[in-house]
Amino acid sequence: MRFVDEFRDATTARALATEIAALCEPGRRYKFMEVCGGHTHTIYKHGLEDYLPETVSLVHGPGCPVCVIPMGRVDDAIALAEHDDVIMTSFGDMMRVPGGRGSFFDSKAAGADIRMVYCPLDALKIARKNPDKRVVFMAIGFETTAPSTAMTVLRAAVEKLDNFAVFCNHVTIIPAIKAILDSPDLRLDGFIGPGHVSTVIGCRPYEFIARDHGKPLVCSGFEPLDILQSVYRLLLQLHEGRCEVENQYSRVVPWNGNAKALRVIGEVMELRPHFEWRGLGFISHSALRMREKYARFDAEQIFGVPGVRVADPKACQCGEVLKGVLKPWECKVFGTACTPETPIGTCMVSSEGACAAYYNFGRFSRERVKEATRA
Amino acid sequence: MTTHDLGPTIPARANWAEEAVAAHAGAEHLTREEQVLERIAKARARKAKIKEQRVTLSHGAGGKATHTLIEAVFLEAFRNPVLERLEDGASLAVSWTDGATGRLAFTTDSFVVSPLFFPGGDIGDLAVNGTVNDLAMCGARPLHLSAGFILEEGFPVADLQRIVASMAAAAQAAGVQIVTGDTKVVQRGKADGCYITTAGVGLLDRPTTLSAAAARPGDVVLVSGPIGDHGITVMLARGELDIEADIESDTAPLHGITAGLLDVAGDGVRLLRDATRGGVATICNEVAVASQVAVVLDESSLPVRPVVTGASELLGIDPLYVACEGRLVAVVGPDRADAALAALHAHPLGEGAAVIGTVKDDPPGLVLLRTAFGGTRIVDLLVGDPLPRIC
Amino acid sequence: MCLGIPGEVIELMTEHEDLAMVSVEGVKRAVNVGLLREDFPDGRALDLQPGDWILIHVGFALSKIDEAEAKASLEWLAGVGDAYTDELEALAASDIT
Repeated sequence: MRFVDEFRDATTARALATEIAALCEPGRRYKFMEVCGGHTHTIYKHGLEDYLPETVSLVHGPGCPVCVIPMGRVDDAIALAEHDDVIMTSFGDMMRVPGGRGSFFDSKAAGADIRMVYCPLDALKIARKNPDKRVVFMAIGFETTAPSTAMTVLRAAVEKLDNFAVFCNHVTIIPAIKAILDSPDLRLDGFIGPGHVSTVIGCRPYEFIARDHGKPLVCSGFEPLDILQSVYRLLLQLHEGRCEVENQYSRVVPWNGNAKALRVIGEVMELRPHFEWRGLGFISHSALRMREKYARFDAEQIFGVPGVRVADPKACQCGEVLKGVLKPWECKVFGTACTPETPIGTCMVSSEGACAAYYNFGRFSRERVKEATRA
Repeated sequence: MTTHDLGPTIPARANWAEEAVAAHAGAEHLTREEQVLERIAKARARKAKIKEQRVTLSHGAGGKATHTLIEAVFLEAFRNPVLERLEDGASLAVSWTDGATGRLAFTTDSFVVSPLFFPGGDIGDLAVNGTVNDLAMCGARPLHLSAGFILEEGFPVADLQRIVASMAAAAQAAGVQIVTGDTKVVQRGKADGCYITTAGVGLLDRPTTLSAAAARPGDVVLVSGPIGDHGITVMLARGELDIEADIESDTAPLHGITAGLLDVAGDGVRLLRDATRGGVATICNEVAVASQVAVVLDESSLPVRPVVTGASELLGIDPLYVACEGRLVAVVGPDRADAALAALHAHPLGEGAAVIGTVKDDPPGLVLLRTAFGGTRIVDLLVGDPLPRIC
Repeated sequence: MCLGIPGEVIELMTEHEDLAMVSVEGVKRAVNVGLLREDFPDGRALDLQPGDWILIHVGFALSKIDEAEAKASLEWLAGVGDAYTDELEALAASDIT
């Protein structure tokens, strides 16, 4: 077993699709949000929507950590990178994300030392090799990625690597889901829960969604059959009149999450009072910053970042797309001013943003695509 | 405390974004998905324009940014009918004073790989094979190469000798001679050790004319072997990812396999391309646009080695966009497809050849993929290099 | 939002207590397994051995994959598939008669 190919079988998918269709009540339309951008990626990469009845639509949520970073934060990071003695490091995902005055790639072209890393520990390695430089790691990601950053900071503390610092942009998933649930124009029938975040936080934090908001959630894996099964389980709950949190991804996600990972985050980081999310605005207690105890590794305290804020252009309707009120193509700037080459809004920024995924993987009349691919 | 903690202040504006919105301000808001998609198709067909102030790494990646750079800067300045075809090499008609005429293929390529030495080859093999292959993709018999070296002050002579020995061996294997060259040395820090530019001429001694614009509905798309080996090998050989895998670059001269293919199915071969930067996905997009056809690929037929799959999964990239240096994509008329596949299989470099797709008439200009899972999706050009991602 | 890849532990690296060599289709990388380190009731600190599968994210293991749970999922899926195939066959058979 490789835990991958087994969950990509086309015959099983066809079978599951008939079960899904059978569960749909005639005349009723269903709208489920996959919170996580990784799911969005899977849905488009495998062409999963071809298996869903027309009455079931998937709304692509805010769970792309690159997309939610506001432009001002990118400008702040570039300001850090422009210090002569700074080597800025981040994941490949960040390199093309535009701020108010360009991206990391643009800043690198203008002379800043910006390097891509695969693992936060790689940034530490660069710090060890360059004792005369200050190495800043631009940390992004939800609770999935925060423990790795925290472990790296703890390692830096043990090694007394004082030329290492973290520009912390970690965000937390629950406040974002709350912001979506609280929006008045929302009409969702349930959630496909973010599997990999849940390896850390577990499934309990989602219980309020079922209890207080009456929406079922199925925590889902990332292979296409995982997602189809999750849609099936959501429909089954609705059909049977249940509203619960279920764990489809039990092979990876323990119900209670990873206590060690949560402890490590808590040791190094604390909640910020507010954080601005691209497309969603300011959300209270929705992001992490470094604790005072680790201030010597906190780029925001060491350098004093400018704290730039940049407004998204008014025409950009990412907020509505993130909440599922608009489909990507319904946005006023989709595909004209806003394209993957020049992404204006958050949803177009990373390849797993709802608009970028639709533009790259889905853009075109389904009927014509189906006709062309018919064997 | 930073501004973020204090809450909203009056935000600045992103000038580039406001300008982009203003540039499209006149367009009325469309209400139907099809209308929006039509408008996008039109926007994409418009003349390329460079938006960046400076050249970035994306401009060298072979994707959208490279296409924009070529069209907006180079083609704009050099425009002529031969260059406009944007093939792997130029096909030139020549006539001598004695009245004899013939056709030549002429091409050039620069090599800047890091590291210079990697499993399965080095910059020297690449520099010879790359140009030999560009000639072979024109349907030519490669004859003569030039080699230009830009060396960094301090570069070890032993390394240079090793590179040059590889070039000599590769040239011999490909049956070409390096007949002219040039050397420049730049100050330490102004280059990454060694850059090589090769140019080549070959003889177009077959009647066939190959062109990316020649694909027609009903044609079959073939690839000569497993894809992505070179790109993954080099990515791992840089050592930054700390990933180990038993994998080698596929760098190889393809003139032998193209000759075999053209001998057998010459009248049915529409075009040949070596799947270098940007990989098979980029080639197919070029074909779809140039021929105004749809290229429909079948994911389960794509030959990909398990290690390439594994590394791609770890890094979050798609093998369809990863470079090869010894693989070609051929588009062949339906009646010659079986013969073409047999011809590829008959050559040692084509043992892993496979039919990977077909050409359809609609929707023109697009590459579609029938996924192994049984769904469908679009395979668009990437903006730049495939970057390792975490999300 | 977060790319997580299943990999097989092939070696617990003794030179560093938190590292394990992991293979994904023969592609190997050292992965930090410190987040799986806990004080287990039976005295072990790390419930991991070669042959186990873990979920890797940015070079760290986030969880150990539960094979029994994976099998149960696949069995459920296979059940749906079988029922579907039976139905198709029944349909085909009914066409003949």
